[in-house]
Amino acid sequence: MDFLTLYEFIRDRLPESLDLEWLAFGIAASTLAFLVFNVVISATALYTWFERRLLARIQSRLGPNRWGPFGLLQPLADVLKLMVKEDTIPDDADRPLFHLAPIILLVPGLMVFTVIPLGDIPFENGSFLGRLNIGVLFIIGITGINALGVFIAGWASRNKYAMFGAMRAVAMLVSYEVPMALALTGVVIMAGSLALTDIVIGQNVIYLVTQPLGFLVFMTAASAEMSRTPFDMVEAESELGSGFNTEYSGIKFALFFLGEFMAPLAAATVATVLYLGGTRGFDPIPGQVWFVLKAFLVILGLLWVRATWPRLRVDQIMGFAWKGLFPLALFNMFLVAVEVLVFQDPVTGAISSGELWMIAGINWVLTIVAVVVVAQVLGQKRLKRPVPVPSPLANMNAGSE
Amino acid sequence: MYGIGLARGMAVTLKNLVLVNRMFTVHQYPDRKIGPIGLARRSNTNVFAFVLKKPAESIKALVGLISVEDRYPQHPRFRGEEFSWYEQRCTGCASCAKYCPLGIIKIVTERSGEAVQEGEKYGIEVFDIDIGRCMFCGLCVEACPYDALHMGSGFEEGTYERKNLVIDVERLKAAPKRPSNWFRPQHQGKKYDPRGESALDWDKAGRHEKPSLDEQTDRWAKR
Repeated sequence: MDFLTLYEFIRDRLPESLDLEWLAFGIAASTLAFLVFNVVISATALYTWFERRLLARIQSRLGPNRWGPFGLLQPLADVLKLMVKEDTIPDDADRPLFHLAPIILLVPGLMVFTVIPLGDIPFENGSFLGRLNIGVLFIIGITGINALGVFIAGWASRNKYAMFGAMRAVAMLVSYEVPMALALTGVVIMAGSLALTDIVIGQNVIYLVTQPLGFLVFMTAASAEMSRTPFDMVEAESELGSGFNTEYSGIKFALFFLGEFMAPLAAATVATVLYLGGTRGFDPIPGQVWFVLKAFLVILGLLWVRATWPRLRVDQIMGFAWKGLFPLALFNMFLVAVEVLVFQDPVTGAISSGELWMIAGINWVLTIVAVVVVAQVLGQKRLKRPVPVPSPLANMNAGSE
Repeated sequence: MYGIGLARGMAVTLKNLVLVNRMFTVHQYPDRKIGPIGLARRSNTNVFAFVLKKPAESIKALVGLISVEDRYPQHPRFRGEEFSWYEQRCTGCASCAKYCPLGIIKIVTERSGEAVQEGEKYGIEVFDIDIGRCMFCGLCVEACPYDALHMGSGFEEGTYERKNLVIDVERLKAAPKRPSNWFRPQHQGKKYDPRGESALDWDKAGRHEKPSLDEQTDRWAKR
C-alpha cells in the first residue's frame, strides 16, 4: 500500500460531480500520516526497551526487567511517568520557542520515514508515502533542522548550561553535516539519481561493497548527527548537566527523549536504503523482512559502538570532523567519480556487474590505505613521560653528613 | 598502529554480549525473575520432567512472569531497625538514654508498685526512640546493664512521615523479637540468626556473661 493507490481508491469512491479531489487527498494523506506516526512511535518505544536491555547486557547489568515480561512494558511506564510529571517552564524562558523546540526536534525524525521506499523492487508507485525524486536531498535537508531544534531549546530555556550544550551541539551538527552530505554524493554519483527508489534499483552490488569508505564516513557522521555516545557532546552528562534539555521536564522532555531514540531508527533505515540495498534480498523471504533485518543489523552495530567507546572531547570532535572525516569523504567522492567516469558504458550509462566488483576491490584497498594515512597524520604520538629529574632542593643535606 | 585499542574494546563488549556465563555483578532485591530452568533447579527436578509436570507454570516462567524471593545473605550482627526490647528485663534505669550520643531516646518512668521488696522496679511510661535520627551506633545496647535492649536486624521500615519513625513503647512491645547478635555474645554462641529462625523470648535470649579471667587473658593478654 502506498499513497497513490490509496488516493486513487478514495477518489474513485467519491462522487465525481462535486470535485472532491482535495478531500480524497486529505483523507489519504492523514490516514497514512497517522499510520506512519503510530508505527514509528511504537517502534521507537520498543527500541528504547531493546537498547536499554542490550546496553545493560553488554555492560554486565540487567536493564529494565520489572514491569511486564522481561520489562517489555517499561517504555509505557516511562511515558506515563513523564506525562504525569509537572511541566515546568523557567520564568525567563522565551515561551513560544520553548514550546516549539521539542516539536522541531521530533518532526524531522518522523519525516525521514515518509520517503523510505518499502515496496517491492520495481517500485511502480514510488516509495511508501509518495514519489519523491529528490529523496537524498530531502533527507539531508530535513535532518539538518535537528541543529535548529537543539539551538532553539538551548536558547529558549535561558540557562547557561543549556546554552553551552546548544552551542556545542550546533557547532558539532553543522560540522558533521558536511562529510555526511559528501559521503552521500558518492552514492548519488554511482546511482545517477537523487531518488531513493532509483538508488535501491541501482544497487546490483550493494554500495557497502562498492563504497566502504562512504559507508564508514556516513555512519560516523550519522552517529554524530544523532549525538550518540562517541560524539554525545550535546548532552555530555558529566560536563553540562544535561545539555540543551536541562530545563525541560514532563511531556516536552518525553518528546526530546522520543526524538533522541528515533534518530538511530531513522539513521538505520536511511543507511539500509543507501548502502545495504533496501528491500533487495533472496527470493523466498519478502523484501520488507530483508529491510528490517538489515536495519536491525545496522542498529546493532550502532549500539555496539555506543556501548563500548567513551566520549570524545569537544576539540577532538571538531578536529575529527574537519581533519579526519572531511578529507575521507572528499576522497571517496573523487574516487567514485573517477571510477564511474572510467568504467561507465558511454552509450547506456550502465556499469556491468563484473566492473562493479572490480571497483569494489579497488575501493576496499584504497579505503584501508586512506584510513591508515589519515590515522597516521591525525593520531597522537604515544605519550612519552619525561625522565624524572631530582630537584636540587629535594635532598639538601644529603652530602653534608 | 592506531585503532587496535578501539578494536580490543569492541571485543570485550562483544564477549559480554555473546557469552552465556558472563560476569554478573547485579544482585536483585527483593525478588528476581526466574526461568523454567531455574524453577526446575529450585524444586530439584529435571527440566523436562518439570515442564511436563507443570506446563502452565513453566510457560509463565518462560515469559518472565514468575519471580522468586531473592535476598543477599545478611550478617547476624547487622545493626538495624526494630529494636528488640524486653520489658520484663528493663528496670527503667535509662542508661540507654544517657549513653545515646544523639539524645534521641526519651524515657519517662513512674512508680510501678512491683517488686517492692527488691527496691521497687520502675514502670516505663514513655520510651521513644527516634530512629529517623538514629545512626545505629549501638551504644544504647552496649550501655544496657540488663541486656534488655537489643539492636534489630531489619532495614525496610520506610514510612511516608517523619513522625512515624519515632518508635514508642507500644511499638517496641509489639515489635517482633528478633535481636541482632551485635554486642550479644550469648546469641552468637548459640548461632542464632535473626533473619532465619523464630523470635527469641526474653527468657531464651539469655544474659551475657562476663568472660572468665582465663578467657580474658586468652583474648587480650596473649597477643
